[in-house]
Amino acid sequence: MATPQQFCTFYLGEQCYGLDVLQVQEIVRSQPPTRVPLAPPMVLGLINLRGQIVTAIDLRRRLGLPERSEGGESVNVVVQTDDGAVSLLVDEIGDVLGVTHQQFERPPETLRGVARELIRGAYKLPDRLLVILDLEKIVSVTETANSPA
Amino acid sequence: MSNNEILREFLLETHENLGLLDSDLVKLEVNPGEKSTLAEIFRTFHSVKGTAGFMGLVKLQTVAHSAENLLSRLRAEEICFTPPIATALLRVVDAIREILSNVEATGGEGTGDYTALAAEVDRLRETGAADSKPSVVLQTPIANVINDGMPSARAALQAADDDRTLFVSKSLIAPPPEPQAPRSEGTTELAPAAALVLETPDVAAAADSVPAPRDFAALAAPAPDRSAPVAAALPVAAALPVADALPVAAALPVAGETPETRLGGVTDAAIRVDVGLLDKLMTLVGELVLARNQILQHSDTYEDSGLLGAVQRLNLLTTELQASVMKTRMQPIGNVLNKFPRIVRDLSLACGKKVRFDMEGRDTELDKSLIEAIRDPLTHMIRNAVDHGIEPPEVRRANGKPDEGRLRMLAFHEGGKVIIEVSDDGAGIDVMKVRDKAIAAKLITAEAAARMSRQELLRLVFLPGFSTTDRVTQFSGRGVGMDVVRTNMEKIGGAVEIESTLGEGTTVRTKIPLTLAIIPALIVSSGGERFAIPQASLLELVWLDPEQAQRGIEWLHGAPVYRLRGALLPLVFLDEQLQLSAARPEGVDINIVVLQADDRPFGLVVDAIRDTEEIVVKPLQKQLKGIAVFAGAAIMGDGRIALVLDIAGLAQQASVIAGAKNRTLTEEPDSSPAAEETQPLLLFATRGGGQMAIPLSQVARLEEFPRSNLEWLGENQVVQYRGDILLLIDVAEGMQHLAGRGAATPAASAAPDQSTETIPVVVYGSNEERVGLIVGRILDIVNEPVTVQARANRPGALFTSIVQDKVTEFVDVAALVRQAQRGAEPSTN
Repeated sequence: MATPQQFCTFYLGEQCYGLDVLQVQEIVRSQPPTRVPLAPPMVLGLINLRGQIVTAIDLRRRLGLPERSEGGESVNVVVQTDDGAVSLLVDEIGDVLGVTHQQFERPPETLRGVARELIRGAYKLPDRLLVILDLEKIVSVTETANSPA
Repeated sequence: MSNNEILREFLLETHENLGLLDSDLVKLEVNPGEKSTLAEIFRTFHSVKGTAGFMGLVKLQTVAHSAENLLSRLRAEEICFTPPIATALLRVVDAIREILSNVEATGGEGTGDYTALAAEVDRLRETGAADSKPSVVLQTPIANVINDGMPSARAALQAADDDRTLFVSKSLIAPPPEPQAPRSEGTTELAPAAALVLETPDVAAAADSVPAPRDFAALAAPAPDRSAPVAAALPVAAALPVADALPVAAALPVAGETPETRLGGVTDAAIRVDVGLLDKLMTLVGELVLARNQILQHSDTYEDSGLLGAVQRLNLLTTELQASVMKTRMQPIGNVLNKFPRIVRDLSLACGKKVRFDMEGRDTELDKSLIEAIRDPLTHMIRNAVDHGIEPPEVRRANGKPDEGRLRMLAFHEGGKVIIEVSDDGAGIDVMKVRDKAIAAKLITAEAAARMSRQELLRLVFLPGFSTTDRVTQFSGRGVGMDVVRTNMEKIGGAVEIESTLGEGTTVRTKIPLTLAIIPALIVSSGGERFAIPQASLLELVWLDPEQAQRGIEWLHGAPVYRLRGALLPLVFLDEQLQLSAARPEGVDINIVVLQADDRPFGLVVDAIRDTEEIVVKPLQKQLKGIAVFAGAAIMGDGRIALVLDIAGLAQQASVIAGAKNRTLTEEPDSSPAAEETQPLLLFATRGGGQMAIPLSQVARLEEFPRSNLEWLGENQVVQYRGDILLLIDVAEGMQHLAGRGAATPAASAAPDQSTETIPVVVYGSNEERVGLIVGRILDIVNEPVTVQARANRPGALFTSIVQDKVTEFVDVAALVRQAQRGAEPSTN
């Protein structure tokens, strides 16, 4: 565990999240997506990534966070999945951070709701917590919380 | 190159070779004397064997080896090529295929035992042989090649100036001279070869540009042959970068194939490319086109002629690039047709028939994905033709036809589509038998059949269920699985037609779009979003101005309908289906896109119709897979994305079509009315006052004719209706006739109710065979569950039910029509 693992970090509100840097394909400026009627609410729509059609997921909605304020900044984090590239819409992009395994801890029992199964745990950084997301679960919208209720 | 990659290459290549073997063997069976074909077969077996040995596939090597031994004797003309030999060799091909699929699936050769087959082949080699020389010469061809090739290549290398590099482009090499041609002639071949020589002073650069070593395996072999004379004649140009690849080429058994195999070879100029890579190229070119479009737009604001010129060039180049990339996906249809001679041969042998099979238009090109998709339907058509179409020789002779049946497959381009025709000179289809069979299988009613044209009856063979009947009846026509052919073709946007003359033969004609990748689509908008509708399901567009819209759209118990040329067209509002903005402003014009799903037309109401565009449909990712109304998404000319509607899915969601495909040509009155489903009914009162009903789906129109328009035709009352003569049947009177009463003088009782000026008529039935039902008064249209409350108590009624609290008789229109026609017949005699 000597080799530090690298995470691409980003923010939703004040909270810092991280995805394995190898899973992240690129960061692109937000562009208005094409809406998909009847889609699960967390699917914002489709964006054109150099000729590739990519599903854009609003990470705030996916994690059950309050909606982004009107006109708030957002960035697409394009990640690689088994099913091709998927874009996650986040508020702000952070640095790539190297952390060691010793800093990791599983989420506490008090973490409840949809987020519980989507969060693998957190790295305890000196000044904040870096929340690590389970990418496969994040993008498998069809299996969990699919219906718009 | 890793072992796995080599294995993959081997599998791919061998599969291709096997396809060739099939057709070559059949070709040879027809023309046993054709030496070039025999040589071709020999070489193929040889290279399969060689590679199998190289890969350590022992079983494969053994069977291929025995086949090769047999062939070498054939080639030496020590024995003759006979049908048993052909069969044995084809079985070897099958065995190789089996082993290969095992290798592909498990990595091992599988458990199959092929020693018996090998022994059989060996036996064939011995019998019929004049003297039995052991076949030791096998390895010589390849050895010759290498021995001949290597020294000359070496010589060339030695003569070479190391600073110069010679490129020989594979695709540019003119076809090699006759393989047996004397060496000296090689020099005369020089001129074209020399023209292909490029000089680069920089060896390193050249080395960089050398593609993967594998490509040289094929390239290297022809090269050494030429390099000697080239080097001699052009002392300036020399050293071969090929030299690096030479050991590889020598090591690969494939090399043995190259110099000789090219007899009829067009394959030389081809390389294998991963389809995924082509798709990516397509995507990138698509994006390039978009970027070009944007530049074109912006360049309008500049006056710089240099820029404009460059933009113009960019424009042309992009267009050409796009066309070329699209062409890379195209493949000659021959790739799929190659296996048919074998199928025809095997099948005709099995059926005891003689069939001559011709194919034309093997060069016709089609998108790769489509080639795969048409394989099965075509096989089916061929099977049908041999199995059911072409008669056994005795029957043919009795009918004055040559013993040998002819089966022809023809492929060609027409109007942006590929047409493939399969025609035979067999027995043809007896439409009457088709009809009887369809009626027996309850696919249609006798009445419906009576109204059908010949062409419509023929089309019955495409009905699902028609094929599932057992073949004990053995009527000589088609029908086994024709619905499968049709559905497969429709899946890829194609169509099937059938023509047949009894006793003369049958032609099945399929029309297939050139490519799946790019489809024409209609772009519409609804709720502020754009959607693409594949044109394949588009019938027509209807535009209603605000005033027409007000009147045109009627409500049938809550379900919106529009009268399209007399028929009720169910309407589906796209914004409603997609839960877009629900509020529709009043008093605007209305656009109806008339679509077809499962043969059922419906009108899709959209906000606006934009344009037609050629689109590349891309699948949706798994997050959106579950939405049935979308078939995918496409990038539009402006770079934005539009969703592509899945018309069948949309129709299903809107309940235009039922989940299961049960709407065949079965007519409502005959289908079991016990079902609890609601169906729209037209209620009317007879002159007697009783309430009667018919299914609205069969009602074409409600009319009122002035009494003065009624005319007599024989014993029947008719009226001129839209340029046709419409037979009128008075429901009340018809029922009386059927009951055997009042049969005396129809004329006297025909128009008892003279008091009114007009008579209400229900125009019943489809376009061809319409009848007008004279009723007392139209009451209502209701949507009710129909349950049989009581059996009919008189002819002319199907059953009795309670509709809207009143006892209602359901009219047996078919019986009335029969009665009217019967009534007419005696009077004409």
